[in-house]
Amino acid sequence: MAPRTHLKDHLRETHLFTSRILVALVVVGVLLVVVVVRLIYLQIISHEHFSTLSENNRVNIMPMPPTRGLIYDRNGVLLAQNLPAFSLEVIPEQVKDMDRTLAALAQLITIGEDDIEQFKKRLDQKHPYEAIPLRLRLSEEEVARFAVNRHRFPGVDVGARLARDYPLGELAVHAMGYVGRINEADLKVLDVSNYRGTTHTGKTGVEKYYEDVLHGQVGYQHEETNAVGRVLRVLERRMPIPGQNLYLSLDLDLQMVAELALTGKRGAVVAINPKNGEVLVAASLPGYDPASFVNGISTKDYDTLRQSPDQPLFNRIVTGQYPPGSTVKPLVALAGLEYKAITPHTSTFCPGWFSLPGDDHRYRDWKKDGHGNVDVRLAIMRSCDVYFYNLARSLGIDRMQKYLGYFGLGRRTEIDLPGEVAGLLPSRDWKRAARRQAWYPGETLITGIGQGFMLTTPMQLAAATAMLASRGEVWRPHLLHATQQTSTSQLVLQAPVHVGKVPVADAANWETVISAMEGVVHDPGGTAKGINRGITYQMAGKTGTAQVFGIKQNQKYKASELTERLHDHALFVAFAPVDDPVIAVVVVVENGGSGSGEAAPVARAVMDRYFANKSGS
Amino acid sequence: MATDYSLVRLADRRYRRTLWLRGLHVDIPLLVGLLVLAAVGLTVLYSASAQNSDMLTRQLIRLSLGFGAMLVLAHIPPHHFQRWTPWLYGVGVILLLAVLVIGEIGKGAQRWLDMGVIRFQPSEIMKLAVPLMVAWYMAERPLPPASKILMIAALTVVVPTLLIARQPDLGTGLLVASSGMFVLLLAGVAWRLVFTVLGLLAAVAPVFWYFLHDYQRERVITFLNPEHDPLGSGYHIIQSKIAIGSGGFYGKGWLNGTQAHLDFLPERSTDFIFAVLGEEFGLIGILVLLLIYFSIIARGLYIASQAQSTFTRLVAGSIILAFFVYVFINIGMVTGLLPVVGVPLPLVSYGGTSLVTMMAGFGILMSIHTHRRLLSG
Repeated sequence: MAPRTHLKDHLRETHLFTSRILVALVVVGVLLVVVVVRLIYLQIISHEHFSTLSENNRVNIMPMPPTRGLIYDRNGVLLAQNLPAFSLEVIPEQVKDMDRTLAALAQLITIGEDDIEQFKKRLDQKHPYEAIPLRLRLSEEEVARFAVNRHRFPGVDVGARLARDYPLGELAVHAMGYVGRINEADLKVLDVSNYRGTTHTGKTGVEKYYEDVLHGQVGYQHEETNAVGRVLRVLERRMPIPGQNLYLSLDLDLQMVAELALTGKRGAVVAINPKNGEVLVAASLPGYDPASFVNGISTKDYDTLRQSPDQPLFNRIVTGQYPPGSTVKPLVALAGLEYKAITPHTSTFCPGWFSLPGDDHRYRDWKKDGHGNVDVRLAIMRSCDVYFYNLARSLGIDRMQKYLGYFGLGRRTEIDLPGEVAGLLPSRDWKRAARRQAWYPGETLITGIGQGFMLTTPMQLAAATAMLASRGEVWRPHLLHATQQTSTSQLVLQAPVHVGKVPVADAANWETVISAMEGVVHDPGGTAKGINRGITYQMAGKTGTAQVFGIKQNQKYKASELTERLHDHALFVAFAPVDDPVIAVVVVVENGGSGSGEAAPVARAVMDRYFANKSGS
Repeated sequence: MATDYSLVRLADRRYRRTLWLRGLHVDIPLLVGLLVLAAVGLTVLYSASAQNSDMLTRQLIRLSLGFGAMLVLAHIPPHHFQRWTPWLYGVGVILLLAVLVIGEIGKGAQRWLDMGVIRFQPSEIMKLAVPLMVAWYMAERPLPPASKILMIAALTVVVPTLLIARQPDLGTGLLVASSGMFVLLLAGVAWRLVFTVLGLLAAVAPVFWYFLHDYQRERVITFLNPEHDPLGSGYHIIQSKIAIGSGGFYGKGWLNGTQAHLDFLPERSTDFIFAVLGEEFGLIGILVLLLIYFSIIARGLYIASQAQSTFTRLVAGSIILAFFVYVFINIGMVTGLLPVVGVPLPLVSYGGTSLVTMMAGFGILMSIHTHRRLLSG
């Protein structure tokens, strides 16, 4: 570029630029004048018009939350209700001297440091015309005491709203669940417009699973407010539609018996009606107080619950996974009979251990000296491991897995509770995918006695036991018995869902297995003979112990030497009466040691109460 | 050299006054204007946020960050900016592409890029990078620009604008485009050409209608007829007009605006904060605010006119004009002159990202003004 032209350009550029800047200044000025003219129009010329609009701008649309449905057990025992909770509320802008007001209130009603602190925090966040709660859960007496003195406190009032209440406390808490304050995660799932005005939502259990039935439909009212936002009158209203009441299939009387029998222990009890899948008892212990979650649990209390080694928050019913142990033996025996791997008379000699050919590893029986010659009846009655090692070997893992699958193992029961897990029914495919390993013959053996990889939830075991009891009828377990519209009070019964039938070619095979299970309880040689004293009905059962950790070869299991946490889990599955079962019960006691000693008496207690109530009514 | 003498002559008393401050590269009039503006902003925000001290603290932290960024940039000589410009622009375009590909969905639109520790909007970078880039390109070429150069310059504006509009963030896209176009205007593009392009744009506007998102169309419709959806999208405009109009000449007084405090006015701390000012401080308050804005803009234009190189004067001019566009679009939107496009009121609205970019722009302005040399003195 020639320097001369550049110089010439430079000068021209400067002039050009300066003129453009001047143009810009003029345009800016003109546009600002346009803005000012517009504002003069809005604020001077139309001022009166907008002033009137502003004065009349008083109609607020307020949501009216629906009343949450109540929850009852099958006999109408109230499990969850809504109680009016009174709170002391302050409208800051109507209070002249806040500190003095608070001090005077404190003389009437106990107001803690926490309350004041919370209140001051909210004072900063909320609008001065909004009511801010100062004390929650006033007692009737406190409400009365304040009412007499109300004239002394302008801007202070008692507010009432409905709060969820669980009158039975910890009883059946894992099945019931609880409601808690709606948090951000909930907002992503909930229909926000329907939850305008709703503060709580179901967090676990039935309260969560049936949230949409329990909640209802929001209503609205158009409120006229004065210039400081106080409601003067209601212009129009669309009433909310309350949520439906639920009747659960639970029998709280039985539930109480089960929980009392398990007091101080960790474990689960499930009872099902094998004729329709109704869950009569769903207990998981230890429990916790649902009320503490309704109004927001403190971090400290929550940590205590969460970190407790007893895991009170853990719903063992559908999320606890335990090896079924010997309780799986009747199912394996049935598979053996069906696949003709054994007959009712096939006999096996039990020396106390079993070895695979070409392998000197000894798979031990729980009884060191062995059971001698046993057939399938004796093998179930005495829970002979060697018989089932042998049977598992002749069945093979594929057939065993297929047959146990008919009983729903390794699959969710689809019960109406949130968070259910599937357990684990091992197979060759599963092991290849999950462990990248081939299936070993030894693993077939221990699967035959319910150890190894196999995991079941108490609900799964209960469902499987119910199938056994009903001779193969598969009903989906469920907790909901009926729903009820509050407006009509009419009960709508929940129809039980019949899922299918366990394929059994020879019906006599059921009786072979079930009669052996009857022997478990009623025969002097049965493992659960200890619970048959004074029994008035015929019960079929099977004990089980599930190893918490592996015991090395030749090492004797000595309960006393192990810390309690490493004791075996005790299990017991049962149903009654044998001929026409109406109740199936599963008991799991964590680290309980022996199924016959710890778990079986709980099942007996539940059944005793069940039959006593039945003959009584 | 004739030009040099003319520049020396233009150096006025105020310039001499800043001489003693040359160790510290700060332009006092601009700094004072911005501080007064920030103070007014915090006062209004206190009322708009219902006396929320947390919000006030957060805004104060943002302002400090913004002023800090401004002071740091003011101490970097402008020729460094010139050298960095192509890199900044390149990185900005790449980040915009990245947002389109992997951008996290924020507020239903892909604007944010998550960098682990911080999330930011690459479109913010472009608010400065685009005018810098156009100025950088023009600085090397004789002005007024030839048509071929003009085409290329226009392309450097259009590409990022389309990328931002795709996010979709039409408001920011328009701001970025306008700041780039200001450089072209200041560079001396013939008025005939400008008006032809504007005429063409008006002619093809109906075609654009079909490319707009539903919510953008909604905004235009509500703008043209707010009453058509009084409880939906027209609500903003109706309520803000009521707030401003009911404020009258003297206003209802600080903290006494009923519109804002009774929750009728939406987004009263952010995009619609001007309505709170109008309601509580009336026309008088608004005139004061407009005066502050005008002083800052006038000072900015003055700085542009005093800049010594093509690059610096183009940059300075476009930065200050973009600032004006913010002010005008926001006030125009709140008073019902323009559609609702979601542009904050500079230094007054609650919110951070654009604040820092804007203060960075003022930092560049100060750098340009305080690093001038007396040529051949």
